[in-house]
Amino acid sequence: MKNRIKVLRAEKDLTQAQLANLLEVSRQTVNAIEKGKFDPSLPLAFKLSRLFEQSIEEIFQDE
Amino acid sequence: MEKSTRNWESSNRKNTLQLGLWTAAWVISLAIATFGPIFIWNGNDSITIFALLVNLLIGIGMILVNIKHLKGLDELQRKIHLEAMGIALGVAVVLGISYSSLDTTNIISYNAEISHLVIVIGLTYLAGVIVGTMRYK
Repeated sequence: MKNRIKVLRAEKDLTQAQLANLLEVSRQTVNAIEKGKFDPSLPLAFKLSRLFEQSIEEIFQDE
Repeated sequence: MEKSTRNWESSNRKNTLQLGLWTAAWVISLAIATFGPIFIWNGNDSITIFALLVNLLIGIGMILVNIKHLKGLDELQRKIHLEAMGIALGVAVVLGISYSSLDTTNIISYNAEISHLVIVIGLTYLAGVIVGTMRYK
């Protein structure tokens, strides 16, 4: 699944480690989601949605 | 948010440390229960049974702490561990039965010990976690 997390993270001037801390996951998990290697659960997707103030559909695009 | 983040990180560290300590305690209690009758208390059955009971109780504690540790991981880490556990279980069943058959049919000259299987399970689980971690890098 494609996503815009890397762009949104850059807009907020956050490092992967800082985003991981905010989401309460490991930095490896943020990296894997950004690269599309791992699709987050719905609760984590909602956390991202709240953090970036965008809908889940705006953050994630089905390939 | 900052406070809960620190709580989550420190809780994870604490869970990992606890698991390490319980595992070490279990290994030590197992060594005492195994070698104690030979080297320390000269085969006194009451002490041996007590040592085995202590080992069993510590083992139950270790399992509970392991569950707590797994629950504390994030979703990707849990997925990696789940896959590694699945592979380790599969290898244990398949290799364990084959190994046991080799023993019962006398194809191998030595006894198929459970400890050999435990080593294989441990190494398979470790390899599974390492490969899974590398895959999601």
